[in-house]
Amino acid sequence: MAKLTIEDLKKIKEKTAKETSLRDGPASIKITVHMGTCGIAAGAREVMSTLMEEMAEADRHDIRVVASGCMGMCSSEPNVTVEAEGSEPIVYQLMDSNKMRQVFKRHVLLGEVQTDFALAKM
Amino acid sequence: MRELSLHILDIVENGIAAGGNCIRIEVDEAPKKDQLKIVIRDNGRGMPIEKRDHMDDPFITSRTTRRVGLGLSLLSAATERCDGILRVDTQPGKGTEVEATFRYHHIDRAPLGDIAATITTLIIGNPEIDFVYSHCIDGNEFSLDTREIREEMEDLSLSDPVVIHHLSEKIRSSLKELTSGKNKS
Repeated sequence: MAKLTIEDLKKIKEKTAKETSLRDGPASIKITVHMGTCGIAAGAREVMSTLMEEMAEADRHDIRVVASGCMGMCSSEPNVTVEAEGSEPIVYQLMDSNKMRQVFKRHVLLGEVQTDFALAKM
Repeated sequence: MRELSLHILDIVENGIAAGGNCIRIEVDEAPKKDQLKIVIRDNGRGMPIEKRDHMDDPFITSRTTRRVGLGLSLLSAATERCDGILRVDTQPGKGTEVEATFRYHHIDRAPLGDIAATITTLIIGNPEIDFVYSHCIDGNEFSLDTREIREEMEDLSLSDPVVIHHLSEKIRSSLKELTSGKNKS
């Protein structure tokens, strides 16, 4: 039986230790990907995968990613909410991989809200 | 849904919404027996009887944000389309088990799709939930338990995107090995 073995984990751990500095400390930005049935069907998983790639590249330890359920605006899925400390949460609509990349690079990393993709601020 | 792995993602999110903190995902591909089975088990609060009896009725839902619930209804339709069945076993307070079977070679069966992305999406999006995933292809099995990983990784967090990246690579290559093992025999 194949299993994720201790060996594999050690390898992953070694690789990770090389590539990143220690990630702890408080999160100052929270990114929520809405993953209800509607979001998943509309492509939320791809958005999440892209987000993970971008996060790995950015190597920032103060960003937290969470999945949540549907928020009732199924027609505008996939939705992503970006909450930066000290400012209103911004809900983005009709996201895809490219838009996610832009939102991450500009809004999350540089603080420029991407109004073109935004649905609302809360 | 275009992929069965998206159904899995969806049903697991249901389990998490039901308050489960440990979710088991079993995928059993048996092309030789012409069967594909997916089992998802949570330890959440279980479903009320009236919901279970009307499982594939989209207008019965426990959600409050809208009046239709499509997750189980869509999965139910997907199984029926491929001569399979959806069985839901729920015990109030103990959890729910969803078992979906498909005819493996049925022309209408959606591909399993990117299961590694489903698993890693679940892990990174729900850091406080444990997942036990096992995948069997014609008797060859791969398994992963986030509780073991957490124990082993100590100082590294599972929500670290780099860890997640390596984890998904590992799942993909392991599944590829399982498939090639099938070709050998």
